[in-house]
Amino acid sequence: MPVEIDVEHVARLARLALTPEELERFRRQLGLILEHAEKVQEVAAEDVPPTASPIPRANLFRPDELRPGLSHDEAMSTAPAQEDGRFKVPRIVEEEDRP
Amino acid sequence: MSELCDLTGQQLAQMLRTGEAGASEVTESVLGRIEALDTRLHAFLTVTADRARDQAAGIDARLRHGEALPAVAGIPLALKDVLVTRGITSTAGSKILEPYVPPYDCTPWARLQTAGSVLVGKTNCDEFAMGSSNENSAYGPVHNPWNLEAVPGGSSGGSAAAVASGEAVWALGTDTGGSVRQPAALCGVVGLKPTYGRISRFGLIAFASSLDHVGTLTRSVLDAATLLSAIAGHDPLDATSLPDEPEDYAQGLDRGVARLRVGVLEDWIAMEGVQPGVTDSVGAAVDRLGALGASVGAVSLPHAEYALSAYYLIAPAECSSNLARFDGVRYGLRVDGDATDVADMNFLTRGAGFGDEVKRRIMLGTYSLSAGYYDAYYGQAQKVRTLVIRDFDAAFERFDVLVAPTSPTTAFRLGERTEDPLAMYLSDIFTIPSDLSGTPAISIPCGVAPDGLPVGFQILGRLRDEATILRTAFALEQDLGLSARPPLLAELASEDA
Repeated sequence: MPVEIDVEHVARLARLALTPEELERFRRQLGLILEHAEKVQEVAAEDVPPTASPIPRANLFRPDELRPGLSHDEAMSTAPAQEDGRFKVPRIVEEEDRP
Repeated sequence: MSELCDLTGQQLAQMLRTGEAGASEVTESVLGRIEALDTRLHAFLTVTADRARDQAAGIDARLRHGEALPAVAGIPLALKDVLVTRGITSTAGSKILEPYVPPYDCTPWARLQTAGSVLVGKTNCDEFAMGSSNENSAYGPVHNPWNLEAVPGGSSGGSAAAVASGEAVWALGTDTGGSVRQPAALCGVVGLKPTYGRISRFGLIAFASSLDHVGTLTRSVLDAATLLSAIAGHDPLDATSLPDEPEDYAQGLDRGVARLRVGVLEDWIAMEGVQPGVTDSVGAAVDRLGALGASVGAVSLPHAEYALSAYYLIAPAECSSNLARFDGVRYGLRVDGDATDVADMNFLTRGAGFGDEVKRRIMLGTYSLSAGYYDAYYGQAQKVRTLVIRDFDAAFERFDVLVAPTSPTTAFRLGERTEDPLAMYLSDIFTIPSDLSGTPAISIPCGVAPDGLPVGFQILGRLRDEATILRTAFALEQDLGLSARPPLLAELASEDA
């Protein structure tokens, strides 16, 4: 059975603006893909540890030394909008929220 | 047909050393092939002709001064467009990165550039490397040089098509679920996915970080070994890169396969949906390994049938997290229309900038990581991943390498599977397990099926043991002695005549 998901909720979590047509198509397709993916639940694996990485490596350190990086101008060179050397975005807080 | 661009990297390096050809001549030959063919193939998103000419002229000057240069010097290379290149647009096949001109180089290209490699361009690919046919590129699909109506495979389809057609001598791609090996198989070239962490991923636009591997596409096994040697090795800029000392993978390729223990994944070869032409070619190649002295036996990976399901939970989960960075703030596309705040702008930018498959996978990952579903989906998939790894461990106790088809079918027709994501996902069924385990694997051509399209033979090895799969691949390549190239190239030669 295809899995029923609340596709509008998922799109909101993923910050995707979708058209009604897209929502309907993805609802159907994701239901079918998840039905197939649920096959993993057929495997008895209570006492099997999860694998997050094929070659787990932990606590990797390197000396904390200064080395050349991107200049400010290089880092800003890709900005869709900027002002005074800073990334510019639409407002984040409402006018009335400001102190 | 045999123009310079049709030779291997090793042959060309030899000619550069002896002065039989110059780097500029070689580069012109490749650029000429791109000019002649790429309107039909669409393997490239960006052709860097001027830069390539400058780099080649620089190599020629050094050769004239009698300098001894690295094996990759002066050899024209193409890079999949998920690898960032300073000053050269890097789109990952996505509209959301259409305006992106990176201010830095990925490590594999930084190393090749230092060694004198000549970049001819950035290749087309499925958007963010998500796909098996190249039809998910926001810039239109690549066409398979063996049959323009067929897909080249994906997601490194542009790199595979370019190498198959002489539009590049070799190329880099990436393999998260089979994206180097499957297009290599479908385009009749050699595709190598080394061990997880063997090649640095600094500057690779991330898709699924526990699965992403950089790999090579070449026209010979020796070229794969040469190109790998030039880019492998620890990178302090990538915490997942292996600390191992650099190796020369071209050494010892010719040691043969006598007494090598070869495990045949027979239940894969016999699986429903595997095309008879694939079964036949792969079976014949297995027989040749036996004839060459290998000790051949049957083996199975019992949990491999769950690998595809596990992959389609793990990869989207990681992608939903990795692709959160595309927010329209620091780089790439921004759509703000009548956005009243920054969140609105994020929604509009992502809705307009991502294509269908990317949206599907982001949503799949978001769902399977969301409250209440984590254990049943992502958590369980990670446990299945452990079981797949244990299967490989058990198989490699009995065998030195495992062999199988790379893909169940030869190249399928453009449009054939676009409406059915699940059918598309099935084309990676034989390549996904070794991305889950991080073990190295290579696909080499093993023949042409009755449909006129190439078949790929896959050799899978132990963790960190690229040497044995390369040696096996080399022995089989030499024995099979295949010389078939896409028929299009013969047509091109007669058009010229």
